Order: sequence, then C-alpha cells, then structure tokens
Amino acid sequence: MPKPKMPKSAPSLDMTPMVDLGFLLVTFFILTAKFRPNEPVLVDTPSSTSELLLPEKIMLVTIDQDGRVFFDIHGKDVRKEMLKGMIERHPELKVSEDQTKRFSVMGMFGMDLANLSNYLNADESTRAKMDQLTKGIPTDSLKNELSDWIQEGYEAFMIDAQNKGMSVEDLRGDEGLRYAIKADGSTDYEKIEKVIDIFREKNIFQFNMVTTLEAGVDIAAESE
Amino acid sequence: MAEIIQGGGNEKGGKKRPKKGHVHMDMTPMVDLAFLLLTFFILATSLSKPKTLEIIYPKEVKDNDEKTKLADELATTLLIGEGEDHVFVYHGKFDPDTTVLQKTDFSKDGFRKVLLDKNRTINERVFELQTELNAKGLSKEDYEAQYKDAYGKIVNDDKAPFVIVKTIDKSKWRNVVNAMDELNICNVRKRAILDMDKQEQNSLEKRVDELGLKKASENSNE
Repeated sequence: MPKPKMPKSAPSLDMTPMVDLGFLLVTFFILTAKFRPNEPVLVDTPSSTSELLLPEKIMLVTIDQDGRVFFDIHGKDVRKEMLKGMIERHPELKVSEDQTKRFSVMGMFGMDLANLSNYLNADESTRAKMDQLTKGIPTDSLKNELSDWIQEGYEAFMIDAQNKGMSVEDLRGDEGLRYAIKADGSTDYEKIEKVIDIFREKNIFQFNMVTTLEAGVDIAAESE
Repeated sequence: MAEIIQGGGNEKGGKKRPKKGHVHMDMTPMVDLAFLLLTFFILATSLSKPKTLEIIYPKEVKDNDEKTKLADELATTLLIGEGEDHVFVYHGKFDPDTTVLQKTDFSKDGFRKVLLDKNRTINERVFELQTELNAKGLSKEDYEAQYKDAYGKIVNDDKAPFVIVKTIDKSKWRNVVNAMDELNICNVRKRAILDMDKQEQNSLEKRVDELGLKKASENSNE
C-alpha cells in the first residue's frame, strides 16, 4: 500500500489575533499620545520624593542653568488671548494674524518683546538658534516683561475659563491655574528667588516646583 | 476502506461545484506598518509625567510686629552656602562667637538625622495616627479625609520645631529643593526660606576654610 503523501506546503500560521492586538495597541497609543512639547532649553531638574503629579493647567516658568527665563502657559486659546493683552499693553509689539496663530501653538519661549516678532517669523532651525542665543525674558525692574506675561497670562486664563462657562468656585479647586517653576538643579537660588518675588508681588504664593522622582523613604522604618 | 467510500461519494454526487478559490491577500506590509506605528507611539509617549514639589511662600511681611516669634529651643537653622556641599546646621539662636556650625549633607545620615532627632515626638505621633487609622480599615477617601485633619493638627503643634533654611544668592537650587524635601519627609511643616545674615555668612565662610572644603567660585569675579 502506498503511503499517503503529506502535502508539501509551508506551514501557515493564523496571524489574525496578533494583527488585531497590534492595531488595538496602535489605536490606544494614538488616542492617548500627548506629544512632548518642544523645549528650547535643557533643564535638569532636581529630584524629590514628592509623588504629586504636575497639574494640567499651569503657567510654567522655566529657568535654565544660566538663569535665563522661559515662559509657557497651557492652552491654545489662552495663549492667543494673552498675546492680545500683551499687544494692548505694549503697542510697540507688532504681530500679525498669522503670527498670533503660530504663537498659539508654540511651546515655551524666552524672547524679549523686541525680538518676539522675528522669532515668530523664523523657521524651525533659526528658532532653535535664537533659543540658544537669547538672554531669556527680562526680569529686571526697569523692563520687567515677565511680570507682564504673568499678568496677561492670568487674565487670559480667566477670560478663557469664563468663555468655557466655568464659575469662580470651579476655578478655586483643581480647575484653576497653577504656577509651576522648573529650574535646573545648579541654577543659583538668586535667579529663582527673583522669579518667585515677581509672583509674590502679584499675590501668588503657592508654587509647584518641577522635580524628578526619587525613591521615597519610610522614616518610621528608618528610625527604628 | 476510506478511499473507497470517498470514491463512491464522488460518483454519486455528480454535481460539480464551482471551485471556491480563496482570495488571498498579503497582509505583511499592513502589519509591518501597524507595528512601525506602534513602536513610534510607544516611544513618543511620555509615560511618566513630571512630579512636583509644592512650596508655599509666605506673604511679604513689612511690619516687624507681625513676624512670627519663636522660641529659640525650637529653632533649627540650615545654612546653604555657595558650593554643592556647603551645608551647615545649627540649633537655637545664632551667636557669632559661640555657635558652632555643624557640617551636614542630604544623605540618609545627614540633615535627615538631625531633623528626625529634633522632630521625634511629632514623628511618633504621626506614626501612631497612621497605625490607628490603618487598624480601622477605612476606605482610601475616608482615610485621607481623617488623616489630613489630624495630621495638620500634629505638625502645627505649638511645640513642633521650626526650621529655617537660609540661602545666599549663589546657593544651588538643588540644595534648596533637597532641604524642602527632607522637611517633607520628616514631617516638619513649620519652615521658612530666608536670606542669610552677614554674620552667618562670615561664620559659614570661616567654617568652610576650617574644614578645607572646595570653594565653588575660586575663579569667579568676586
């Protein structure tokens, strides 16, 4: 009796479940992805054992190693409104519609008002170069632009919150604007104190200092 | 045997069915693309959000009468100097002649030990509170609500030690954050960040020389 011949074909594997899973994950990651905003400066934050997460709605002041100050605020509409307020305050600042749009989607910036318009016109690589060269937002008492940005940022946030139908009570809790300071570990304290003093002049006393997480400690276990 | 039956079956059902040709699609490129995207998104998402340390600064007090008065024996002062390791601590009131600055650091046996010693009773009470609440087996929300109030009362006790962190212009931010962090760990809520006095600065510099610590600004303009 002749032996039955086995069909000679490549063993086939059903890949459908794997592909399904693959696409599921892709969808998940696409939907949850939040892109890291473009950061003009590299800041090595100090570490702490605090496990508090950085709130969503923040006004972020970044101070790099040399004490240069950069400013950022959460929300596209807020940024638009803020720039509008800034133009009212400083009529010498000329910004077109197109530039406003670009400003609203931009991340953190560290330009003085005189260079802001050029900065907004510049392309990606020129901007990176300008970020390298900039002295940051001026904080000295003669030309305290940071103070103006903070003021306008706060007002813009309030206008935007009202437009979105939030009441004053809502804004007192987690929905309100928080103030974060992100500074390099080797920045001189003097530079940070200056920024904090500007905030304090505006009756803002509570800050979230951005840190990286280090392992927590249990002092009860340690002292035994 | 089976062959025969099969053969018979073939003969009987004379109907010829149209061959069902499987439409075969090569899915490899699609799968490749999907996994490429997957890899990209996994790498591009920042999974760990940055953490923050909350610091509340006091209002600027201009009037001397409004300033907090505190008993000397409760006060501990941390001086943060220019260099990374220029960290000193002293207890009580500062006296340029008699106060000895004790060198410390932010390791396990440094400033934390000083604080734990100083804050022993408070820490014990906090620990008791934790065990007491744990024994009740509360839900997380209930636990937190009860804990917060009781904790606040303990750490703001009149007898709780007060820690003053004094800085100079050139103090490193890392040291200030470390100091704040240690205070959080050791349940010290009464605290302040102030500028260092001239006398304290002199004392600190003298001590740095004595200990032969490396100066941060050998080549600085000052």
